[in-house]
Amino acid sequence: MLKVIESAVPVECWSCSVAHNELTLFCPHCSKIQPPQEGNYFVVFSLEPHLNIDLESLEREFHRLSRKLHPDRFARASESEKEWSLADTALLNDAYRTLKDPIRRTEYLLKLNGAEIGEEHAGKNRRPNEMGASRAPADLLEEVFDLNMQLEEMRMAKASGEEDPALKQSLAEAKAKFEGLLNAVDDELHGEWNAWDNGDEAARHAAQNKMVALLDRRRYLSNLVREVNETLGA
Amino acid sequence: MAEGRVVGIDLGTTNSLVAYMEGEKPVVIPGVDGSNLVPSVVALDPMPNDGGRPTVTVGNSARKVLIETPERVIYSVKRLMGRGLSEVEKELAFFPFRIADDVEEGEVPRIQLGELKFTPPEISAYVLRQLKRNAERFFGTPVTQAVITVPAYFNDAQRQATKDAGRMAGLEVLRLVNEPTAAALAYGLDRRREGTIAVYDLGGGTFDISILKLRDGIFEVLSTNGDTHLGGDDIDNLLVAIALDEIHAEHGVDLRSQPGAVQAIRKDAIDAKISLSSEPFAQFDIELPNGDRYQREIPREVFEQLIEPVLERTAGPCKQAMLDAGITPSQIDEVVLVGGSTRIPAVRKLVDDLFQLSARGRKAHTELNPDEVVALGAAVQADILAGASKATEELLLLDVTPLSLGIEALGGTVAKIIQRNSTIPASATEHFTTGVDGQTNVAIHVVQGERELAADCRSLARFDLKGIPPMSAGLPRIEVKFLIDADGILHVSAREQRSGKEAQIEVKPTYGLTDEQVESMILDSFDHAEEDFAKRQLIETRNEAETILAAVERAPQHPVWKHLNQQEQAGILAARAHLVSIKQNYDMAAIREATLALDQATRHFAELMMDSAVTTAIRGKTMEAAGEEMDDNVSAPHPMAPAEFK
Repeated sequence: MLKVIESAVPVECWSCSVAHNELTLFCPHCSKIQPPQEGNYFVVFSLEPHLNIDLESLEREFHRLSRKLHPDRFARASESEKEWSLADTALLNDAYRTLKDPIRRTEYLLKLNGAEIGEEHAGKNRRPNEMGASRAPADLLEEVFDLNMQLEEMRMAKASGEEDPALKQSLAEAKAKFEGLLNAVDDELHGEWNAWDNGDEAARHAAQNKMVALLDRRRYLSNLVREVNETLGA
Repeated sequence: MAEGRVVGIDLGTTNSLVAYMEGEKPVVIPGVDGSNLVPSVVALDPMPNDGGRPTVTVGNSARKVLIETPERVIYSVKRLMGRGLSEVEKELAFFPFRIADDVEEGEVPRIQLGELKFTPPEISAYVLRQLKRNAERFFGTPVTQAVITVPAYFNDAQRQATKDAGRMAGLEVLRLVNEPTAAALAYGLDRRREGTIAVYDLGGGTFDISILKLRDGIFEVLSTNGDTHLGGDDIDNLLVAIALDEIHAEHGVDLRSQPGAVQAIRKDAIDAKISLSSEPFAQFDIELPNGDRYQREIPREVFEQLIEPVLERTAGPCKQAMLDAGITPSQIDEVVLVGGSTRIPAVRKLVDDLFQLSARGRKAHTELNPDEVVALGAAVQADILAGASKATEELLLLDVTPLSLGIEALGGTVAKIIQRNSTIPASATEHFTTGVDGQTNVAIHVVQGERELAADCRSLARFDLKGIPPMSAGLPRIEVKFLIDADGILHVSAREQRSGKEAQIEVKPTYGLTDEQVESMILDSFDHAEEDFAKRQLIETRNEAETILAAVERAPQHPVWKHLNQQEQAGILAARAHLVSIKQNYDMAAIREATLALDQATRHFAELMMDSAVTTAIRGKTMEAAGEEMDDNVSAPHPMAPAEFK
């Protein structure tokens, strides 16, 4: 059910002692739960490492595996089975959370293939215009500069308890514009998925580089949109 | 299958319940007084003269003590679970009890109760023990495993404190289930539907909103939000504050320093609140210590204005939960109302508006009693965990963590490692290294919350990674694995990868008891749980025998005795003599049988007595008063006797 090609060393099932060299969460012989093994998120779902995936069947498989692995099914099992159920289910949940989300899935798969992708950690590049943690895309420099001025104005106006409807309006427009840009990035990303999934080595490489750049741009834009939302909202 | 039953417990702020699965249906187990609800109130009985430890009383009888000796009673202790000293101090402004004088910052605060001091988990353990006993009495077998519900928005410390309480009460807590999710289970059982449901749960002290997707028996929580500090208590406090202010202004009496009087007013406030759910007006009519009366009419309109800010605080979490689930109000198929406070019409209106129910020709679900639905759902989950049950074998609950988990990074910011609303169990692996050559320790601060600065989040624990092999700065690579289990509780393990050495972790929970402390607070030694149970059952059986014997003792002097025929009189005397002769034996079944026989023999006599009691009642004493009196004096109510003999 869960196979990984590079797994070489046969593992002996703790329960029935039959050895198997498949990477699996259940013994192929006696069906007992097995300790989690190193394997990537696609393997958990017996999926090819592709960016285009069928979300319906991903969900079905998630539910099917949850029914078998969840700690609720092992409430009265042995201590080690309980422990494995917990670890296996955590792996399953982490995998599902990552694969069902298109951006997380793309980042994950590209990282598996050695791409360096900026981590979105608080404090590091939370505010794109502070600390220069993330570079502003060259084509947007001017707009970003203007937006930052407006954001600063808005914060000051708010701090002194003033309302500036014109400023609010212009920020809302900027927000709509950047959200549009964000959607455009998503469309472009999806366009690269096919190239990655079906292309040859060279096409794959090109698609990967493109997606890394797109993800970078996307991160910048979504931080910006979030910042505008925060300033407008609170 | 009587052996190894798993019960479901709703450990509430105001009331607690225990339920179990009877075939395909969850059922609440009543207490000895026949009531399904056990008030979450614990009273310390008077100090025994021999200097031993006083016993405690739980539930309705504890509530009665509240007005007479408020310093010996604790209620709403759920609000104090898993909280630090300064938080508890703030909280106690509204309560008559106080923190013990010798508590220091960093300790789990202890509450002074009469002569003794208790931590919040110990108080909760008394409530749990009562529920455990109610269940044992009901089944006639020991109960050692339970599912306990907690507010979905409870953090790690609050969950751990609840689990600790279970252990102290002699219960193995198989799972902590989130209250709104439990409610969804209770509803979902009969309506195997598909769709998206929102559960709005406004209880005595906490508010939760959860959004779930139902599909093929899988209850998948999409998002949850809430406020662990918002509930009916806050509404009561508003009414109490008004009464106290007005009494002070109009009558010049300041009752704030008199806990007993404040409790009396609180009781009136709760009554007023409850009646305002069905009546347009409620009355305050309070006799003051100086003989004056404070009388006031509260129109529902005024009440609704008063509580609007409290109710409005539930809107934000609801909107956030929908945003996090990626859905709009119109995509919610059903809304379930849970918690006593959802009986308030203004709450229902707010929910209707929030989820655009009327506008879509829908209505929120209130078919199941909002006080019981969580316990019923806990019983369903208990049945799932026990396994091998047709009714629940297809069901599975997939819940989420309500708060993001993060670690403190440079500059006091938070690096989130597990986002809120992640399905649990969930895990994250982080790598750490050293900043100085030869450094052998790395300190990690784990926090829970959504704010950007660690100082604004809830501190969970500080870990010290010890025994790192001395290497140049930045060379060690310590892998730390964070795992949130199915109860929503965090576990941490670590490994130094270059040396392959397991790094030691010393976990210091910021709030909470150590294992040893919990061990020392276990209420009953349950090494001999089975024997203890048998012993207790025997004692209870003998008590029941004594109760009926004491009543029958005086029977021949009772005026109705002469209305019995010779045979009946002889039968009673024989049954009494038999019970007296065997009551000190260890044969529980025989004692029970003899008790039952005596009860049967006296049935006609009891009926005659009832008739005569009614006559007495007409002569001036109301039945209700007679009933209350009876209730007060019953120590071990006789389950088989239709009426108490007096």
